[in-house]
Amino acid sequence: MSIEIVNVSKRFGDFVALDNVNVSIPSGQLTALLGPSGGGKSTLLRIIAGLETADSGRIEIEGVDATKLSPQKRNVGFVFQHYAAFKHLSVARNVAFGLEIRKRPKVEIRERVDELLKLVHLSQFADRLPSQLSGGQRQRMALARALAVQPTVLLLDEPFGALDAKVRKELRDWLRRLHDEVHVTTVFVTHDQEEALEVADEIVVINEGRVEQIGSPDELYDTPANDFVMRFLGPVTELGDRLVRPHDLQLLTGGGEPDTVTGRITRITRIGFEIRVEVAVGEQLVTVTLTRNEFLSLGLQVGSEVQVRVATGVGAPRLIDAV
Amino acid sequence: MTSTTLTPDRPAISRRPVRSGRPLTRVSGLGLGVAMLWFSLLVLIPLAAVVVTASAGGWSSYWQAVTNEQTAAAIELTVGTAFLVTLLNIVMGTMIAWVLVRDRFFGKRALEILIDIPFALPTIVAGLVLLSLYGKTSPLGIDIANTPKAVFLAFLFVTLPFVVRTVQPVLAELDRDVEEAAMSLGASRFTVFRRIILPSLTPAIAAGAALSFARGVSEYGSLVLLSGNLPLKTEVASVRILSSIENDNYDIAAAVATILLAISFIVIVALDVIQRRMVRRG
Repeated sequence: MSIEIVNVSKRFGDFVALDNVNVSIPSGQLTALLGPSGGGKSTLLRIIAGLETADSGRIEIEGVDATKLSPQKRNVGFVFQHYAAFKHLSVARNVAFGLEIRKRPKVEIRERVDELLKLVHLSQFADRLPSQLSGGQRQRMALARALAVQPTVLLLDEPFGALDAKVRKELRDWLRRLHDEVHVTTVFVTHDQEEALEVADEIVVINEGRVEQIGSPDELYDTPANDFVMRFLGPVTELGDRLVRPHDLQLLTGGGEPDTVTGRITRITRIGFEIRVEVAVGEQLVTVTLTRNEFLSLGLQVGSEVQVRVATGVGAPRLIDAV
Repeated sequence: MTSTTLTPDRPAISRRPVRSGRPLTRVSGLGLGVAMLWFSLLVLIPLAAVVVTASAGGWSSYWQAVTNEQTAAAIELTVGTAFLVTLLNIVMGTMIAWVLVRDRFFGKRALEILIDIPFALPTIVAGLVLLSLYGKTSPLGIDIANTPKAVFLAFLFVTLPFVVRTVQPVLAELDRDVEEAAMSLGASRFTVFRRIILPSLTPAIAAGAALSFARGVSEYGSLVLLSGNLPLKTEVASVRILSSIENDNYDIAAAVATILLAISFIVIVALDVIQRRMVRRG
C-alpha cells in the first residue's frame, strides 16, 4: 500500500470535515476521492500533502510515517484546481522550480524540463508566461511541475474543475493515458461521478466526513454499499420499496406478465439517443429510460397504460435503506 | 508519450504587445483634450515656469545658486534622508502590511485606522506632536530637536503609510495556493517569500517607495518646528526655497526646485526599472 490513512479526524471549529477516516491507497494506481462538495475529500487530500494537519490519526506514505512531516519533506506532487501557476515565471521556469530548489545541476534541470514539457505537449510554449496559456494548458503545466521532482505520490485537487466541459473531457482521457505511462501513485479529488468512473482504478466515496464505500468503479456501480452511493453514482428511481436505475426498468404493453406493476405515462422526454418516460404508478412517479428503438417498437404515448418491471438479468434490486 | 493524442492547441495569445486603446472618436477626443488641458494647467505649465525662472539668469548664475554651500547642504540632507527613510519604509512597510493581512490579533482594526493618521493629520500638527514628544521638554527624555535626526524622524512619520497601503491590497489578493504549491515542491518559507511572494509584491513596494521618497523630498510642515531649520545643519530643501523667497532670491528658490524635480523624476524612473527587473528575475 502506498498511502495509509489511519483514524484521521479533522474539525474546523464546529464543522466536522473528517470523522475517523481509514483508507488504504494502493501503489501505482489512479484512485479517485469522490463525493459531494464540502464532504471532506479535499481536506483529506490536503492532509496527505501536509498542507493541513489532522487533529488525530496517522498518515503513512510508502511505509514512512508522514503524520508530522512538513509538506516540503513529503515528496508529493500537488495540483490545484486553479492551477496555482507562478505567474511571474515562464512555463519552463515553473516546471524547473522544484528542481532549482533541490539545487540540481543546470544541465540536468534543462533536460528534465524539456522531457516533461514534451510529455504534457507544451514544448513550444516553454518561454511563455502562464497568463498566455489557456486553462487546460496551464493545468498541464502544473502537472509537469508536480511531476518534475519525481514525487512518490501525485495528488490532484479537482484538477479539471475550472475547465469547460470539452477540455475537461479531453484532459480526463489524457490523464488516464499519462498515468498508464508514468505509473506514479495518483489520487485525485472530484465531485463528478462520471469523471471518477471513467478515469479511476479505485474510487473512495466520501460524504459528510466519512468513507461510504471503497471499490472499483464496477463494484461501486453494480453493488453500492448504501443508497447514498447508489444515488451519487448515477440516476436512480424508486419502484415500490426498491431503488433502481432507470435503465434497468422495462416497459411492457401486453399485460399479464408476472412481477409487473401497472401505471400510466405522464411525460415523455427525448435526450439525444435516450428516451425518458415518466410513469405514474399509484402515488409514485417512476422514471424509465429506453433506447430510441425500444421506444419506437412499443409505440408509447402520453396517457398510455403500461406495465413496469425490473429487467431480467440485472441482479436483485436494492431495497431502500431504512432511515 | 507517443501514444497520447490531444486536439491541437488553440493558438494562445500572441506575445507581441497589443497596442491598447482604439482610434479616437469625437467623444473620446474631447475627453483626451480636457484631460490634457487639466494636466497642463495644474502640472506642465507650473513646472515649465519653474524651469524658466531657474534658467532666467543663465547657466553660470544657475550653477552658482546650486553650488552655494547652504543650498547644496540642504539638498544633500533632504535627498539623503529621504533615501534612507525610503529604504527603511520598504522593510517596515512590507512587514506591517504582512502583519495586517496575514495575522489575526486583538486591535487589528484599530491599527488599520491608525496607520492612516499620518495621511490625514495636517503636517504642522504632526510637527507639533513630534516637538512635544522629542523636543527640549520631551517626556521620554529624548531630545533630538535641532539635529538632523529630527528631519529623519519627521520624514519617517509622514511617509509611514505609503508602502503599507500599496502593499496591503496586493498581499491580500495573493493566491495562497501558489505558496502551497511552492512548499510542496520543497521550498522553505523563506524561499517561498523570496521567490514567489516578493516578486508579486515588488511593483507595489516600488510604487510605495516612490511615493514615500517624493513625499520626503517635499516635506515641510512636520519638520520645521522640530528641526530648527539651522543652515548647513538641519535646513531642508523646502525650507531653503521658502527662506530664499523671503530674501527675494528667486534664482536660488527656482534652482533648488528644479533640482528636486529632477531627482524625484530620476528616482521614480529608477524604481520602475528596478521593479521590472525584479519581477522578471523571480
